[in-house]
Amino acid sequence: MGYDLNFTLIWRHFDKLWSGLILSLELAILSIGIGIVIGLILAVIYVSGGRIARALIAAYVELIRNVPLILLVYLVFYGIPTVFDFAYDNTTSFVMTLSVYAGAYLVEVFRAGLDAVPKGLIDAGKAIGLTPWQRLVHVRLPTMLRMTLPALSNTFVSLFKDTSVASVIAVPELTYGAQWINFNTFRIMEVYLVVTGLYLVTGYAILLGLRALERRYSIGR
Amino acid sequence: MLDQVLYAIPFLLPGLLVTIEVSLITVAISTVIGVALGVGLVYGQWPLRWAIRGFSDIIRGIPILVLLFFVYYGLPLTGINLNNFAAAVLGLTIFKIAQVIEYVRGAIESVPRGQMDAAKSIGLPFHERLAYVIAPQALRRFLPPWLNGVTDAVKGSALISLLGVGDLLFGIQKVVGRTYEPLALYCFGALVYFALNYALSLASRALERRFSYIRE
Amino acid sequence: MSGKPTGATPLLRIKGVQKSFGSTHVLRGIDLDVARGEVVTIIGPSGGGKTTLLRCVNFLETYDRGSITIDGAEVGYRDGEARKRRTETDLARMRAETGMVFQLFNLFPHLTAAQNITLGLTRVRGLGRAEAGDKAMHWLKRVGLADKAGHLPSELSGGQQQRVGIARAVAMEPKILLLDEITSALDPELIGEVLDVVLSLAADGMTMLIVTHEIGFARDASHRIVFMAEGTVGAEAPPAEIFSPNQPNERLRSFLGRFSAAHRL
Ligand SMILES: Nc1ncnc2c1ncn2[C@@H]1O[C@H](COP(=O)(O)OP(=O)(O)OP(=O)(O)O)[C@@H](O)[C@H]1O
Ligand SMILES: [Mg+2]
Repeated sequence: MGYDLNFTLIWRHFDKLWSGLILSLELAILSIGIGIVIGLILAVIYVSGGRIARALIAAYVELIRNVPLILLVYLVFYGIPTVFDFAYDNTTSFVMTLSVYAGAYLVEVFRAGLDAVPKGLIDAGKAIGLTPWQRLVHVRLPTMLRMTLPALSNTFVSLFKDTSVASVIAVPELTYGAQWINFNTFRIMEVYLVVTGLYLVTGYAILLGLRALERRYSIGR
Repeated sequence: MLDQVLYAIPFLLPGLLVTIEVSLITVAISTVIGVALGVGLVYGQWPLRWAIRGFSDIIRGIPILVLLFFVYYGLPLTGINLNNFAAAVLGLTIFKIAQVIEYVRGAIESVPRGQMDAAKSIGLPFHERLAYVIAPQALRRFLPPWLNGVTDAVKGSALISLLGVGDLLFGIQKVVGRTYEPLALYCFGALVYFALNYALSLASRALERRFSYIRE
Repeated sequence: MSGKPTGATPLLRIKGVQKSFGSTHVLRGIDLDVARGEVVTIIGPSGGGKTTLLRCVNFLETYDRGSITIDGAEVGYRDGEARKRRTETDLARMRAETGMVFQLFNLFPHLTAAQNITLGLTRVRGLGRAEAGDKAMHWLKRVGLADKAGHLPSELSGGQQQRVGIARAVAMEPKILLLDEITSALDPELIGEVLDVVLSLAADGMTMLIVTHEIGFARDASHRIVFMAEGTVGAEAPPAEIFSPNQPNERLRSFLGRFSAAHRL
C-alpha cells in the first residue's frame, strides 16, 4: 500500500465529528423515545382493539418494515411539504421519520411481549379483582416492559447506526461530518477509520451500559 | 398524480432490475462466504475464531452507509480501483457476510450438544458429522433469519444510489428531479419496494413451512 | 451372571487416567481393565466422574494423563510419550470401534429409526444401501422395533428411542459397548424393556462397560462391579463381594445403604 496515513487534518476538524456524534445520539434518543410511545399505544390498541384497528396497525408495521429507511427519509423531507402547506427543518423531519420507523419495529416487540406475559399473572390480577384496564396498567405492561428490555437495547443501538442516513438530507450528524471532511480534506482513509472507531466505541459502550441496566431490571429469559 | 407515476414507470424498470440484481448477488456471495466463516467461528482453532468474531463484531457495529463510503472512497487509495457498481456490491456483501456468520452460529448452537457426540461415537469424520447430522438440523433455525435477511438486503441496497449506482431509488430520484412531484413518486417507490419485499416474505414463509418437518 | 471370561490381554485397558476441567480434578488416576466378553458396571455417587471416564474411552473428552488402549491401540493419542492428538480421520476410525449409548438417547431427529442406524453403516463401514438396510432391520428386529423402522424419533416413546440408540451402536459391530445411565431418562415402566435388550446382548458375549444407578440390574448383569467416587476407583469386585454385608469399603457400604433404604420406602 503506497498510502501514508496522516491524521493531522482529521484532528483539526475533529469538532465536526464530535458535534456530529452528539447529534447522532440525540437523534437516536429522541426517536426511540417517540418510537416507544407510538409502539406502546399501538400495541395496546392492537391487543385490545377490533379487527379494523388491528388491520391498520398491521399495515403500518408491514409497510414501514418493507421500505428502505432512506426512501422514507426522502419521502418525509421532500414529499410531504409539497402537499401540506408547512415546512420543517431537516433535523425535525428526520426525527419524525426515524420515530415512525422505530415505532413500527417496537409495536411488534411490545405486541409479542404482551402476548408472552404469563397467563397465570393475568389470572392472579383477576383473582384480586383488578379491572381489565388495571390489569393492563399494573400487570401486563410492567411485566412486558421488563421482558422486552433486551430488544429495546438492541433497537436503540440499531437506531443509533441508522442515524447515519440523516446525512442524505444534510443533517450534520456523524456520517455527514465524515463526508464533509472526506470532500474537503481528502484524508479519506483517516476520516473513515476515525468515524468507524467512534461508531464502534459509542455503540458498544451503549450496549454494555444497557446490558448492565437489563441485569438489574430484567425478568425472565 | 397518476400521470406522473405512469410517466415514471419506464424510467424505473431498469432501476428495479438493478436493485434485484444487486440484492441477488449480495445474498448469494454472502451466503457462501458467511456459511464458511460461521462454521469457522464455531469449530475453528482460536486464532481463526477470534479473527472471525472480530470481523463480525466490527462490521455489525458500524452503519452500512459508512461501510459503503469507506469501500467506495477508500479502496481506490489502496490502489484497488472498482467501479461504483462493484464497490456497492462489495460493501453490501461484506455487511451481509457478518450477518450470515451470526445466523450460522446461532443455528449450529441450537443443535443439542449430544448430536455431535452421537455422530462422533458412530465414527463419522468431521465433515460428515457436519453434512449429515448438524447441517440438516441447523438449517431449520438458519432459514427464518436468513430469509428475513433477504428483505434486509433489498432495503440496504437502496443506499447504493448514493454511490451513483442506477438502482430503483436512483431512478426515482431522477424522475423526481424532472417532474418535481416528490410525494407521488416517493410513495410509488415505497409501494414498489413494499411489493417486492412483501412477495419475498410470502415466499419465505412458504419455504419455511417446507423445512419445518423436523420435530425434537 | 457367572463364568467370567478370561482373555490373555484385556480388550480395554485404562491406566492412570487423569482429567481436570479447569481446576476441578475429575479423574484422579483411574486403572480399569475390561476383558473381551466381560460386562463391567460402574456405580457410584453423582459427580464421581463416571460419565467423564466413559466419554474419555470414546474420546468425546480428552484426558490429561495416563493411557486408554483398546485392543492395544491408544485412544485419542499416538506416539507414546509425545501424546500427539490423533488426526480427525484416525479418531473417527477408532471411535467406530467403540459404541456408545447415551442417557438422553441422542437420536438424530431428522432421520428415521432405520436411517439412524444406516448412517454409520454406509458412511463409516462403507456398506451399500441395501446391505445397510438389511442390517438395520436385523437390529431393529432384535430390539423389537421392526415395525418402527420408518418412524422419526419424535414418533417413538422414550423406551423405543433408547432401543434404537442401542441398535445404532451395536449395528456398527463395535469391540466394546459403552452405556451411560441409559435408563435414567425413562419412565419407570419403560426401563425393563431397555434393560432386557442389554441383558440379551450380554448373553451374546458383547463386551460392555456400563454406568448405571439401577443397582439390581448391575448385580444381575455384570461380571464385575466397579465403585467409583471422587475420581478414583474405590472398590472393584464381582457382584457377590460388592453386595456382601462384610464389604470393607465404608463409602461403598453407605452408598449401597442409601439404595436399600430407598427400596424399603
Ligand atoms: N464439560 C464439563 N466442564 C466442567 N466440568 C465438568 C464437565 N463435565 C463434567 N464436569 C464435572 O466433572 C465432575 C464429574 O462429572 P461426571 O458427569 O463425570 O460425574 P458422574 O459420576 O457421571 O455423575 P452422575 O452420576 O451425576 O452422572 C462433576 O463435578 C462435573 O461437574
Ligand atoms: Mg453421569
